[in-house]
Amino acid sequence: MSTVTQLEATPVARKAGRAASFRRKSPAWHGLAEWGIRATALLAIAAIVLIFVFILKEALPILFDTHVRGEVSLMKMWLPQAWDGGPARFSWQPASEVPKYSLMPLVAGSLKVTLIALVISAPIAILAAVYTASIAPRRVREVLKPVVELLAGVPSVVLGVFALIVAGTWLQKLFGFEHRLNAVLAGCALSVTIVPLIFTIAEDAITAVPRDYVDASLALGATKMHTILRVVVPAAVPGIAAGIVLGFGRAIGETMIVVIASGNAALLDATLGHSTRTITATIAQEMGETVHGSPHYVVLFVLGATLLAFTFVTNLGAQRIVEHFRKKRGGT
Amino acid sequence: MIEDLSNGTTGPRGKLAVRGLDVFYRVEKPKKGQPGENQALKAVDLDVGVNEVLALIGPSGCGKSTFLRVLNRMNDTVPGARVAGSVTLDGEEILAPKYDVVGLRRRVGMVFQRPVAFPKSIFDNVAYGLRAHGLSEKRELEWRVQQALTRAALWDEVKDRLDANGLGLSGGQAQRLCIARALAVEPEVLLMDEPTSALDPIATAKLEELIAELREELTIVIVTHSMQQAGRVSQRTAFFYMGSLVEVGTTRDVFTRPREPRTEDYISGRFG
Ligand SMILES: Nc1ncnc2c1ncn2[C@@H]1O[C@H](COP(=O)(O)OP(=O)(O)OP(=O)(O)O)[C@@H](O)[C@H]1O
Ligand SMILES: [Mg+2]
Repeated sequence: MSTVTQLEATPVARKAGRAASFRRKSPAWHGLAEWGIRATALLAIAAIVLIFVFILKEALPILFDTHVRGEVSLMKMWLPQAWDGGPARFSWQPASEVPKYSLMPLVAGSLKVTLIALVISAPIAILAAVYTASIAPRRVREVLKPVVELLAGVPSVVLGVFALIVAGTWLQKLFGFEHRLNAVLAGCALSVTIVPLIFTIAEDAITAVPRDYVDASLALGATKMHTILRVVVPAAVPGIAAGIVLGFGRAIGETMIVVIASGNAALLDATLGHSTRTITATIAQEMGETVHGSPHYVVLFVLGATLLAFTFVTNLGAQRIVEHFRKKRGGT
Repeated sequence: MIEDLSNGTTGPRGKLAVRGLDVFYRVEKPKKGQPGENQALKAVDLDVGVNEVLALIGPSGCGKSTFLRVLNRMNDTVPGARVAGSVTLDGEEILAPKYDVVGLRRRVGMVFQRPVAFPKSIFDNVAYGLRAHGLSEKRELEWRVQQALTRAALWDEVKDRLDANGLGLSGGQAQRLCIARALAVEPEVLLMDEPTSALDPIATAKLEELIAELREELTIVIVTHSMQQAGRVSQRTAFFYMGSLVEVGTTRDVFTRPREPRTEDYISGRFG
């Protein structure tokens, strides 16, 4: 009799035992996981800090090294100089007899190419995201999203070469650009890499807008278009803004495409059809020719630090913007 | 059920007439042998008279919200939902595929079971429907927003912070905001899904007063889990059970001498 009771009780008892042992174990397991996550986070932060330290260490001689300062200084890099007795101007000619290290043409070139890329890609990506997330039928969406995201996998060197060999001629014929390789061409090629980035983030943000908002709007007799424009997209603005900022960071840091397609002449002007030279392309092409520790070498690291500062500041600004919208929405 | 419709328990003139209504929801990933659809409403016949308040009662999951959503075609937004039968508004078939759904929803307003304020200012929330219908004149908007908020008994609480975000309201305030939002566009029929579920007794009393007042101008269908509330606000009551309309009649009849044992069980269970 008692054995039967015991047998009957066994599964329950075992279950209870398992639950208890799980409960007993879980704190240790949690502790381990927490420790692992913390270590990983610290490692990531450490890597970033080390990169910062390395770049700054290589750039610092611009302030202290007498040999370097004989040729160039921060002042000279940022302010116009009367190089050969002529009028004061900005000029990047590190290999000439009197090396000229004005950052302006490069900073302007980077911004020019990046802004062109953003102006092209942001509207396309956002419209595509709105269409995919809230207009397209489910079947279309299931195809469209992975296809656009596949674009992100195209190696940038392929895009660059395509721009160099094919698209350059098209654009020049179409717009009558003075130079075949120019800021617009590089911007166009760049936008192919940025569209999927902004698209993915914006699409996620739009999809995350609660279904209840849409229902509430439709039930008030608003059309689908009105609902999308007045409720869905505004609610997704923080996510969309974040996508654009990430796109900016990606574009200003992209190197291969601009090396190949921008023409690389360090001109300081606002003409879109002119050849242009970016910070990244300059570092990539000139680092190999410099002597370690030479003024040119140090200047290239100052350029790198400038680039880092740029992305850092824009990211910070973006966070502010997102925060601002969040507060306006009253959410958390 | 049909007899009820002819024995004077509807309003003088039918506003809405529902005949043979079936609603099916798609079952995501049905198990083996399980049908791909789940029937939420079965052959429902029900009329709503002009200027009457019809209360819908019944246990959770019996299809009350589903019934409401059919009346302004909100089930269109549920993927895989299928509606069969006939629903007429002023004699016009609203389930017809080509029917102007946007126009229908302007005439048949809805207050959802879960109040959802848009992430916009309180003012913009209430003005939302008006703007969607093309009203942009500022004075007119301001006046109508104030009217709607006053009627929904929210004006005094928010008049000094119309620019504040609607998401910052409490649950009960949000519910009244949604009521104001629906009233602002002056619908002919108002569908209310448990509109007092988040309200305190004072706001509830105010809302019930409002319903009595609104009845002069429009037709109301209200879902409620409170028998007392159904008794206070409605002229007729319909009892749903597992997707079927079990009984409909004057509210007094349904509560004092229900014809169906299931109705009696439900009502007495709640009262007892
Ligand atoms: N969007 C949906 N998809 C699938 N099934 C649904 C959906 N909405 C409702 N149902 C099902 O239809 C049935 C009726 O639901 P409904 O929401 O109409 O009930 P209700 O009477 O309003 O209940 P409650 O009092 O809890 O609000 C339920 O079985 C529910 O699970
Ligand atoms: Mg419900």
